[in-house]
Amino acid sequence: MEPVLEIRNLNVDYGLGDKAVHAVRDVNLTLHRGEVLGLAGESGSGKSTLAYGLTRLLAPPGVITGGEVVYHPERSPAYDVLRLTDNELRAFRWAETAIVFQGAMNSLNPVHKISTQLTDVLRAHEPKMSEHSRNARAREMLKVVGISPDRMEAYPHQLSGGMRQRVMIGMALILQPQVVIMDEPTTALDVVMQRQILGQLIELRERLGFSVIFITHDLSLLVEFSNRIAIMYGGRIVEEAPASTIYRDALHPYSKGLLGSFPALRGPRRELAGIPGSPPDLAGMPSGCSFHPRCPKAFDPCSANIPVLGRPGTPDGSVRSVACWLHPVPAGEE
Amino acid sequence: MTQDAKARAGEVVLEAIGLTKHFPVRRGLRKLFSKERPAVHAVDDVRLTLRRGQVVALVGESGSGKSTVARLLAQLYPRTDGDIRLHGESTTVKGGGAFRAYAARVQMIFQDPFASLNPVHTIRYHLTRSLKIHHNAGKTDADLENALHELLTQVSLTPPERYLDKFPHELSGGQRQRVAIARALGARPEALLADEPVSMLDVSIRLGVLNLLRDLKERLNLAILYITHDIASARYFADETLVMYAGRMVEGGDSETVTQTPAHPYTRLLIDSAPDPDRLAGDADPLDEDRGNGEPPSLINPPSGCRFHPRCPSAMPRCSTDLPVRLEIGDVPGHWAACWLYDAKAEVPA
Repeated sequence: MEPVLEIRNLNVDYGLGDKAVHAVRDVNLTLHRGEVLGLAGESGSGKSTLAYGLTRLLAPPGVITGGEVVYHPERSPAYDVLRLTDNELRAFRWAETAIVFQGAMNSLNPVHKISTQLTDVLRAHEPKMSEHSRNARAREMLKVVGISPDRMEAYPHQLSGGMRQRVMIGMALILQPQVVIMDEPTTALDVVMQRQILGQLIELRERLGFSVIFITHDLSLLVEFSNRIAIMYGGRIVEEAPASTIYRDALHPYSKGLLGSFPALRGPRRELAGIPGSPPDLAGMPSGCSFHPRCPKAFDPCSANIPVLGRPGTPDGSVRSVACWLHPVPAGEE
Repeated sequence: MTQDAKARAGEVVLEAIGLTKHFPVRRGLRKLFSKERPAVHAVDDVRLTLRRGQVVALVGESGSGKSTVARLLAQLYPRTDGDIRLHGESTTVKGGGAFRAYAARVQMIFQDPFASLNPVHTIRYHLTRSLKIHHNAGKTDADLENALHELLTQVSLTPPERYLDKFPHELSGGQRQRVAIARALGARPEALLADEPVSMLDVSIRLGVLNLLRDLKERLNLAILYITHDIASARYFADETLVMYAGRMVEGGDSETVTQTPAHPYTRLLIDSAPDPDRLAGDADPLDEDRGNGEPPSLINPPSGCRFHPRCPSAMPRCSTDLPVRLEIGDVPGHWAACWLYDAKAEVPA
C-alpha cells in the first residue's frame, strides 16, 4: 500500500531545557492511502500532542524537537511538512490535511451563520471561485454529511449537537483533503449519534478516498471502525497492528489491559480488573519501559532499558510491531 | 459482615413512586399573560426501589433526566409530584437538621472528582468534616485518627498516612474519586447515589473504581444507584437495570435480561449502537436499516403518547395517542417495558 503520511522519529516537548516535558517521543507511524488508522491511549499519553505536532498546530510552550513528517501528495513529489514556510503551510493546511477537533461542536462561531463559516474556507483557499459556486459547494458538502441544504442560513445554536458535529466534518472535507485527523470526534455525543456519524464517515471515506487518523480513548470503538491501531502510552507507541490482530491477540501488556478495561455487552459476563495504578506523570517518567510500574509481567530488563518498537516474528507474516521486552526483536532486524 | 447486617440484606431503603420534576421555563413577553406555563418535563412518573446490598443502574442518554432523578432522591431539588420513601416513610426535607439527618442515610457521589473536592483543603479536612457533621468522629483525637485511617483503607488508599495531608491536586483522578467515595462513607450511609462516578476517569482505572464500589456494597451492605450512559458497564456492575428515555422509564429488569434480550425498541437501539469489537470494520452495519436514528425530543413539548414514537421503527397509531403503561414481558419475572408492543390484550393486526 502506498503511504500518504509518514511520521519519522517525531519528538515533541512542552517547555525548554531541563524542565521540558517529553510529551511525544520517537514516534514512527505511517498512514496509507485510504486507510483508517486508530490512535488509542489514555489522557496524557500524547495522542493529541502527536496530532497537533504533525499539523504544526502546537501552541507554545509546545516545541517540535526533532523528526520528520513526510507528506506524499497524489501526483507531485513528497515533502517534509515540518520544513514548510509559513505561506506553504497555509496552503497545505485544510487543502491537504484537515483536522476535526475535540469538542468540535463547540468550535463553530456562534455569531456567524453556517453558510458564512463554510464558505470562509473556500474564500481563503480558492479566491478565484465565484460567490455562486462557493455557495453551491457548501450546499453540496452539507448534503454529503446528511444535513438538508436549507439549514445553510441557520446559526449554530439552531442546530443540535450531532448536526453541528456533522457541519464540522463537512467543513473539514470541503477542500477534499487527502488526510483527515479526528481528535476524539464523538466523545461529547450519545452512542446513537456517535454510531450514525462514524458510519457516515466510513461511507464518505469509501466514496472520496481520503485517509483518516482517528484519535480516541475508546479502544472498542477503534476495533470496530479502523483498519490499523497504534496504542500510545507515556508519549511512545507501544504497539501497532491491524485492528483484528490487536483485538484477538494483543502482545503488549498495556494493550491487553486496555482491552480488558471495557466490560463486554455480549458474550459471557466475566470479572474484569482494569489496570492497577494510575497513568504516569509526564514530568516524572519511570525509567526503562514507562509501563513497568503498572505491568503485571514486568521483569528485570523492564525498569532498566527502554524497549524498542520492533517487529516480532509472526506466524502469518502480518505487519505488526510492539515495544516490550517480552517480545524482543529477532536478531538481525531493527 | 455481621449477622445483623446479613439479615437486613434485600431490605428496601429508598423508594421513588411517581417521581416527577418539571422545571419552569422563563416566558417571553408575548406569553406572559397567557395561561400556559411552559416547563421542561425533566422527569415524569419514575418508580424505582433501592434495596440493601443491591446495585440498580439507571441508563440513558444525556438529557434523559437520569441525573435529575439522583438529585431528587438526594433531596437537592424539591419534587413537583410523587413520593420519596425512606424505609417506607414519605420524606420531604428542605435544608437544616432534617436534611442532615437524611444525608446521613443517603449520600451522593458526583461525576467530576476534580470539581467535587475543594482545592484549598487537604484530604484530612474533607474527611474530618464528613465524620464530624455526621457524628462519627468519636470523642478523642485518637478516635478521629482511627476513623480517618479506616475510611482511607476502605477505599484502598493505603497506607493512609501517605494521603491524609495531601491536597486534591496532588492526587490522580482515580484517587480523587476514591476520596470522594470515602467522604460519602464518612456519613455511614445506607444508600449511595453515584452519578456517573467513572465517566470522567481514565479508561484503565474505571474498572478499579467500579470494583471498589461493588466490594463496598458487599462489605457495608449498601444500596447503590448507579447512573451511567454506558449500558455495558451497567451489565457488568448492576443487579437491576432501568432504561430512561426523555424523562420516562422505558424498560427495567435484571441487568442480564435487559441487555441480552432487550424488549423496548429504544433499548434495542441503544444496545445496537454501542461499540462492538466483534463487528469488525467492513462488516454490514446493523443500523443500515432504520432502527430509530435521530435525536431525543424537546422536553418542553414532549411528544404525546409514547415519547419514543416519532423515532420508533415499529410505532403503531395508538403509540402517538396513548401513554404506554408498564407491561410484563413474560420471559423473566420482573422484566417490563413501557411499550404497546407487549400489550397482550390488544388485537395485533395481521
